[in-house]
Amino acid sequence: MTDLSYAVADTAVLAKRNLLRIPRQPDLWVSFTIQPVMFVVLFVFVFGGAISTPGYDYVDFLIPGIVVQTMSFGGFVTAIGLSDDLRKGLVDRFRSLPMARSAVLGGRTLADVATNAIAIAVTVVAGVLVGFSFDASVPEIVAGLGLLILFGYAFSWIFAFVALVTGSAEGANALGFMIIFPLSFCSSAFAPPDSMPAAIEAFAEVNPFTTVVDAMRALWLGAPAGDAVWGAVAWSVGLIAVFSWLAVRLYRRAVSS
Amino acid sequence: MEGLTKSFGDVRALAGIDLEAPAGSVLGLLGPNGAGKTTAVRILTTLLPPDSGTALVAGLDVVRDAAALRAQIGLAGQYAAVDENLTGRENLEMVGRLYHMGRHPARERATELLERFSLTDAADRHAKTYSGGMRRRLDLAAALVARPPVLFLDEPTTGLDPRSRLQLWETIEARVAAGTTVLLTTQYLDEADRLADRIAVIDHGRVIAEGTSDELKARVGGERLEVTLDDRSARETAIAALASMADDRPTCKDVLVSMQLRRDRGGIAEAVRRLDRAGVGIADIAVRRPTLDDVFLTLTGHAADPSEADDEDTTEERAA
Repeated sequence: MTDLSYAVADTAVLAKRNLLRIPRQPDLWVSFTIQPVMFVVLFVFVFGGAISTPGYDYVDFLIPGIVVQTMSFGGFVTAIGLSDDLRKGLVDRFRSLPMARSAVLGGRTLADVATNAIAIAVTVVAGVLVGFSFDASVPEIVAGLGLLILFGYAFSWIFAFVALVTGSAEGANALGFMIIFPLSFCSSAFAPPDSMPAAIEAFAEVNPFTTVVDAMRALWLGAPAGDAVWGAVAWSVGLIAVFSWLAVRLYRRAVSS
Repeated sequence: MEGLTKSFGDVRALAGIDLEAPAGSVLGLLGPNGAGKTTAVRILTTLLPPDSGTALVAGLDVVRDAAALRAQIGLAGQYAAVDENLTGRENLEMVGRLYHMGRHPARERATELLERFSLTDAADRHAKTYSGGMRRRLDLAAALVARPPVLFLDEPTTGLDPRSRLQLWETIEARVAAGTTVLLTTQYLDEADRLADRIAVIDHGRVIAEGTSDELKARVGGERLEVTLDDRSARETAIAALASMADDRPTCKDVLVSMQLRRDRGGIAEAVRRLDRAGVGIADIAVRRPTLDDVFLTLTGHAADPSEADDEDTTEERAA
C-alpha cells in the first residue's frame, strides 16, 4: 500500500472509533445540539421583536444565521474530544504507532461531521416549530445543507488547531468563545449589518460569517445572492486548507520524520 | 543511546545519558519522579526529538528512521492509554488496524491477547467499566498487538494494588522469556530488582550508577545487623560487645542498635553469643541485606521517595 492509502485507511479506523463514541458518550455533544434551540427561542421570542428585518419575518431571517453559528460551535466538540485524547495519553499511543500522522486529526474532524449533522437537524426542526419556512427548491435546500457541513468542517479544523495550541479543553473553550462571539454576533446572522454603527458594519461586511449567512439566505430564502455562495465555499475551503495544514504540522512537530 | 540531552525551557530533563541494552534483556531505569525517565522513554519511542545525542532502537535511529522504528516498538505508558468508550476487544482491534494488520488478523490477535491477559469475560464491556488492574493489562496487551521486538514500559505498575502488580510482573516476565527486549522505568526498587537484568539509576537527568542488582547492592556494602534491646540503658554495653564485628560506627536510635557487619567476623549467631555473654537482653535481632533503597540513599544522598519531585514531573509533562 502507498502512504496515501495508509493515510485513508488509518483515518477511517479513527473516524469509526470516534463515531462509536457518539452514542456511548452523549454528554460530549448533547448540550451542543440543545444550545441552538435555546438561541432560537431567545432570539425569536425575546430579542426578535426589537430587531427589524425589512423583507423577512424575523424567524425566517434568523434560522439561517443561527444554523451557521451552530456549525461554528461544533468546533468545541472537536476541541473537547481531542483534548480528552491528549489528556488520557491516547495521542501518545497513536503517535508511537506506525500510522499516518494526519489520521488522528482527520478521523476526529470527519466524525464530528456527524454531530454537526445532528445539530443542523435539531436547529432546523426547532426553527420550523416556531414558524420558519423554506422558500427554496429541494436542490437549493440540499446545497444549503452541504454548505453548512463544509463550513462546520472548517471550524472543526480551526478548533483542532486551537486545542493543540492551548493543550486543554478549558483553554480551547475560553479561546474559542473569544473567536466565535465577535465573529457570529458582529455579522448578518442576528441583525442586518446596516443597522449597526459604521465601524462594526464595516467589520460585519468583511466577516466570513456574513458571507456564509448571506449564502444560506440565498439558498434557503431565495434572497439576492451576489457572490455569497461561491464566497462562502471559497472561505470554507480556504479555512480547511490553512487550518488542517497548521494543525497537522503542530501535531507532528514533536517528531521529525 | 549516546549523549542524549533534552531540556524544557530552563529544566534540564536529560543531561547526557549513555545506555545500552542487549537484545532480549531487560534494562531498568530507576529513579524518582522528575529524574528524566519518562523523557528518555518519550525520546526512544519517537514522541520527542532529543536536543542532542543519538539513540538507536532495534538498529533504527529514533529521529531519522522514526517511521520505520514505530513498527518495531510497543509502548505501555503510565496512563493506561486505552479508549474508555471502546470495549477491550475494540481497543485491541483498533491498535492492530493502526499497525496495518488486516481486519481478520487484527480480530484474531485481539481474541488471543484478551485470553492471555484474562480479559475474555470483560472483552465486550466498555473499558470505562474496567478496574485499574484490568486497564493496565489491556494497555500492555495493546503494546503487544504487533509482537514488537522492543517493548517500552513506563512505570507499568504505578498505582496498582499488590495482586495486580504481581500479575503484571508475571506477564512481563513471560514476554521476556519469549525474547522481547524491554526497557522498563520504575520508581519501585523491588520492581527493578525483580524484572531487570541491568539497572541504571537516574537522578536529575543523569545516570548515577549502572549494573546488575547485585553489583549495585555490593556498592553499598555488606549486610547490616540490627539489634533491638530490651532496655535502652544497655546500649553502651551492647555496642562495646559488638564493636569489633562492625565495619562502621554502630548507630543507636532508642532501643535499636544497627551496624554494618564485617565479612569475616561471624554473623547473627556470633552476635547473639556476644550479647549473651555481656548480659544484654535482646528483644529482636536480624540481619538485613541491602535493598535498592539503600543503594539509592547511598548514591544520591536522599531516599527514593516517590512523592518527592511530583511537581517537577508535572512541569515536564506540560512542557512536553
